[in-house]
Amino acid sequence: MEKKRKIKVLVCKPGLDGHDRGAKVIARALRDAGMEVIYTGLHQTPDDIVNTIIQEDPDAILLSILSGAHNALCPAIMEKLKAKKINDVLVSVGGIIPEEDKKFLKELGLDGFYGPGTELKTIVEFVKNNLKR
Amino acid sequence: MQYSDLINKLIQKETRAAARLITLVENDINAAEQVINSIYKYTGNAYILGITGAPGTGKSTFISTLIKNFLEKGKKIGIICVDPTSPITGGALLGDRIRMKQYFSLDNVFIRSMANRGQLGGLARATEDAIKILDVYGCDLIIVETVGVGQSEVDIFKSAHTVIVLLVPGLGDAIQAIKAGIMEITDIFVINKMDLGGADKKVAEIIQMLELKMNYKYESQENSEIYAKIEQWTPEIVKVNSITGENFNILLDMINKHEKFLKNTGIISNYLKNRIKSETMQILKHKLTKKVEDLLYSNKNIENYIDKVMEKSLDPYSMANLIIEMLGIEKKRDF
Repeated sequence: MEKKRKIKVLVCKPGLDGHDRGAKVIARALRDAGMEVIYTGLHQTPDDIVNTIIQEDPDAILLSILSGAHNALCPAIMEKLKAKKINDVLVSVGGIIPEEDKKFLKELGLDGFYGPGTELKTIVEFVKNNLKR
Repeated sequence: MQYSDLINKLIQKETRAAARLITLVENDINAAEQVINSIYKYTGNAYILGITGAPGTGKSTFISTLIKNFLEKGKKIGIICVDPTSPITGGALLGDRIRMKQYFSLDNVFIRSMANRGQLGGLARATEDAIKILDVYGCDLIIVETVGVGQSEVDIFKSAHTVIVLLVPGLGDAIQAIKAGIMEITDIFVINKMDLGGADKKVAEIIQMLELKMNYKYESQENSEIYAKIEQWTPEIVKVNSITGENFNILLDMINKHEKFLKNTGIISNYLKNRIKSETMQILKHKLTKKVEDLLYSNKNIENYIDKVMEKSLDPYSMANLIIEMLGIEKKRDF
């Protein structure tokens, strides 16, 4: 009768980016997959995101960036996480991420990169299979 | 001790340790037992404010403005927001945080979202434990936002010192105001969205309800400790605008007045005793339910009993009594 541990996911919209339809759809899909999903709302600074991660203690973070600022926002978030010694959280980024930027982001420790057209099932499976704890 | 490292860090007010411990008590009731066992002696310093009300009455936005007001007084604030778990998938969307964005990066504010994981009553099983953790973490004030409630989700009133119920103009008439449930457990009624038409009418309805209550001599008192608190305190009523912050100064005075009332009349000790009782009952329910479940899934006799009930040679009450005997708990008439 032992229930499975709940997966807790944080869906974030970093930076100046007002397009959160995708983030909301993904949040809903993860909810329907039985996860506990926190959506933080728009316009989060890297500090906001890292503080939310500390307080909510999620298993995974999905960043949604469509503004093109991923090469600035992602390193800032990863650095702050490193400074706080948070290394057991899956950090993923989706939205509009050009192919040539993916290598740089992957080296920072980010994964996922689900752009437009990705099936929701793929994202759910990715989260389930790549948790770090 | 398995969690002593985290607990030591919690006592030193480390944010990450507090968050980790909340995750632990949420996910694992055995861990919760050990954690609470080691930190219980440090609890009891925080004032607990319960915020409840129907979905869409503006609880999260209201809390956001409350945070602002209490920060100005130099308080360290913990916020626990409970949202519902889907009964179908077990998932949850926790969206209360969105309204509190401006406080994400402040050292004195700790916000934690929680899914109720199917527990009725407006809170999660682990909410009580999370309150204790935030208490030890050094929060002066802990604000607990319940699930958007209907009429009878009254658990908050066992956990909080002061219960604030949010109402909005135009939702429910005078009959709703005299129904049983959340309207009876309220210390302060807040009519939110006062800029909408009908706020004064709502205030009048509440006043009318309270006057009726005050003039009525109670005869049945199922729960005397609760009754003492309800009898001596006449609930306050205030209309506010959570966006502009209008009338929050009045509200803060009311909260202050209620805190003083609890302390000066000694009702607070009754309240605490009652809280311990109801909390212990909760824990017992969990433990006993677990025991019964384990038995039901492991004992072969149960199938025989079910067959007997099917054949009508046994009835469900008698079967329940047989199970109680198996558990080794003395069978009593009033069990």
